[in-house]
Amino acid sequence: MVVTTHRPLPKVLCDIQQEMEQHALDYGLDFFKTIFEVLDYEELSMFAAYGGFPVRYPHWRFGAQYDELMKGYSYGLQKIYEMVINTDPCYAYLLSCNDITDQKLVIAHVYGHCDFFKNNAWFSHTNRKMLDQMANHSTRVNQHIDTYGYETVEMFIDTCLSLESLIDPYSPHIRRTQKTESKADAKKRSEIEGEGGTGRFPAKMYMDRYINPEDVLEEEADQKRIKAQEMADQLKFPKERLRDVLHFLIQYAPLEDWQRDVLSIIRDEAYYFAPQGQTKIMNEGWASYWHSTIMTKHGLTDQGLINYADHHSGTMATSPNRLNPYKLGIELLKDIEERWDKGQFGPEYENCSDMFAKEHWDKDLGLGREKIFEVRRIHNDITFIDTFLTPEFCYKNQMFSFAFNDSNRTYEIQSREFQQVKQQLLNSLSNHGRPAIYVQDGNYKNRGELYLEHEYLGVELKLDYAQDTLVNLHHIWKRPVNIETVVDDRPTILSYDGKKHSTDSKEKQ
Amino acid sequence: MVRRIDRDQQRFDKIIKGKVRQQLRKYINHGEMIGRKGRETVSIPVPNIEIPHFQHGEKGSGGVGQGEGEVGEAIGRGKSDGDGQGEAGNDRGQHIREVELSLEELADMLGEALELPRIEPKGDDQLTSEKDRYTSIRPTGPDSLRHFKRTYKRALRRMMATDNYDPRDPVIIPTKDDERFRSWKTVSEPHTNAAVIYMMDVSGSMTDIQKEIVRTESFWIDTWLKRQYNGIERRYIVHDAVAHEVDEDTFYRTRESGGTRISSAYRATDQIIKRDFPPSMWNIYCFQFSDGDNWGEDNSECIENLKQNIFPICNLFCYGQVKSPYGSGDFIKELRKVEEEYDNLILSEIDDKEAIYGSIKTFLGTGK
Repeated sequence: MVVTTHRPLPKVLCDIQQEMEQHALDYGLDFFKTIFEVLDYEELSMFAAYGGFPVRYPHWRFGAQYDELMKGYSYGLQKIYEMVINTDPCYAYLLSCNDITDQKLVIAHVYGHCDFFKNNAWFSHTNRKMLDQMANHSTRVNQHIDTYGYETVEMFIDTCLSLESLIDPYSPHIRRTQKTESKADAKKRSEIEGEGGTGRFPAKMYMDRYINPEDVLEEEADQKRIKAQEMADQLKFPKERLRDVLHFLIQYAPLEDWQRDVLSIIRDEAYYFAPQGQTKIMNEGWASYWHSTIMTKHGLTDQGLINYADHHSGTMATSPNRLNPYKLGIELLKDIEERWDKGQFGPEYENCSDMFAKEHWDKDLGLGREKIFEVRRIHNDITFIDTFLTPEFCYKNQMFSFAFNDSNRTYEIQSREFQQVKQQLLNSLSNHGRPAIYVQDGNYKNRGELYLEHEYLGVELKLDYAQDTLVNLHHIWKRPVNIETVVDDRPTILSYDGKKHSTDSKEKQ
Repeated sequence: MVRRIDRDQQRFDKIIKGKVRQQLRKYINHGEMIGRKGRETVSIPVPNIEIPHFQHGEKGSGGVGQGEGEVGEAIGRGKSDGDGQGEAGNDRGQHIREVELSLEELADMLGEALELPRIEPKGDDQLTSEKDRYTSIRPTGPDSLRHFKRTYKRALRRMMATDNYDPRDPVIIPTKDDERFRSWKTVSEPHTNAAVIYMMDVSGSMTDIQKEIVRTESFWIDTWLKRQYNGIERRYIVHDAVAHEVDEDTFYRTRESGGTRISSAYRATDQIIKRDFPPSMWNIYCFQFSDGDNWGEDNSECIENLKQNIFPICNLFCYGQVKSPYGSGDFIKELRKVEEEYDNLILSEIDDKEAIYGSIKTFLGTGK
């Protein structure tokens, strides 16, 4: 059952859509067929709560999200103008009460997103038929509910959701581990096992005593035993640390079939949504770049100007303690466009020490547009910032880094130095601001315990949440679970054995 | 069609109300935790339920911002329980969600938590009162009862049918035949009204803490009794050496000083009952709160008064003695002497806020 919100677009909007689509095509944007639907706020909130999808499995958190959106709207705190989902064809939802200028802007913005979804490399592995997949997930979960009961399944979903961020967002793009044994390993192994297993050289019988002396053989046998032991130690499980904790759990945790199925559903959906987190700045920047270009060059009418300016500036507003991805994205794209138009790149420009010349550098290359199309194809937020953030840009946009001051519990401006700002920005973007967690050992202490490792990069875990998460992890692993992290500047292992939590902290390093 | 989202939202609602139910004891003992009180609903702030993740805390966190400011300048406070998401500026502290509960739901939760029995209203079922209910429509009646919408619709229908209606000039003129009037039916309902009389000692020995306890406890008693009866009437009496009938607001705020003569309150109660609540028609509840300090020679008069005028006619007479650093707390001993004889006399000692829960159970647990 697909929700019956589908109604034909009103004529006015249909005309706008065609106009905007043509402008977008003229600029070289490339997108899947885009289907627009107009919804009232209730319906839009419903779609937003479901992450854009009309059919999801039943879960209370969607209801909570919906409740929050509706309340926020009725108190006038927030408003969603539009939603786009990354599928083929692309679905976009417009808010019915938007005024006509807003609709134009939003439609232009949507085409930016659609182009980005289709062309950005980080989205290349996402399932474009996710609409169907989500509906299938819903069916599967509902079947499990029919068999095992609503609350049982709900509780298990809660448990899985607690771990949903433990995926490897890069794994669709690379192959982490070779299943086949590498040559070096094979050689080592055969060395240890030895030919015939004795280390004896072939010799004629009468020479054997001299060629294979007894004591030497014994010594060799001893060494072999030691080596075999070392090798056994190396046969750790898993062989090397794994980033995709969920995959590991699906493979090895003692789960029932339906539980394994639910966990895979949660994992699949987490992977589907991951690129949106990885490209927030770029995606919003790109869409904003296009709505602003199309609107200011073609879409605006005299009477719409104020409204457009108001809406656009509202979207671009900055505040000291919150980085606006729309603003940063569009500014950085414009900066790149300008630099490549003027030729402000390459060794010649970089090595120029004449500040005046640098500032007025203009080779009139006109490569800007081409460059930003390339950028939108290959970069994610991290590589985007890493490659294109310049000291001049930071200065112009008054960027600073801030840090938490533990003594007075406030966030304070820490630095306006380029390197620090950039580093901080990259840190907060890496893994979408979430801690990176690995499976280190699935047979810790040889007792079947699970041992995770938090890759500590200066920010500590929120302790109470970490402990609650361990409890959920234990529900799945069913043996004691541990995580190595840092608490109060000390390396610490947090453990939960099914009954109580324990904390084992080492001396300050 | 029930939308998926409505189902999910109802489920969420249920979960979050379950949270209130689980922690009802806390809400009962600390009346101040109840948020806004409306006529029919109360809203209760509950911590948002969140699914825990491995996530960054505040220590060592930071981010990047844009704007003016010197290095070292503060840009925002950390929240003692925020969920810093690495992008610290993005953090949203722990949300508090307000759950809107109707007083009925709250009463049901209370009943469930305290295992309160439903009250069997006293008196015979013969006792009925007549009520007029406007449930129907008829073609005649006084102008004051004219049903505008129905009248208008009929007129519109007639004009369209006779082709007298012009959408560009939408004038509708009802005639006598178009008019419709609200009409009532008289129904008789079994009479189950309750009168609650609160008495409080406001002598110098009762401090604000004791009054807070009284306020909290009477809120819950009200909630429960309201659920059990169609309508309840409340009367408030404060007394020191003399008693006064006051309104609800004054009841909780008055502070007097001087001595205590509890019998004065009983006399006032008796008067109110005689004046307003004929015992044959009303279920009468008396709740008395005091620190138990009474003038010694008054005690016998009190007991006499209760026996004569009050015990025979009320469903329950509840005496709650709050502990006060100044009061002797002797009065409850006097009542204990007669406790055996009257099973509608309930005594409870409330030492502190934590005791409110148990006290409510003692008072209302009899099902009377």
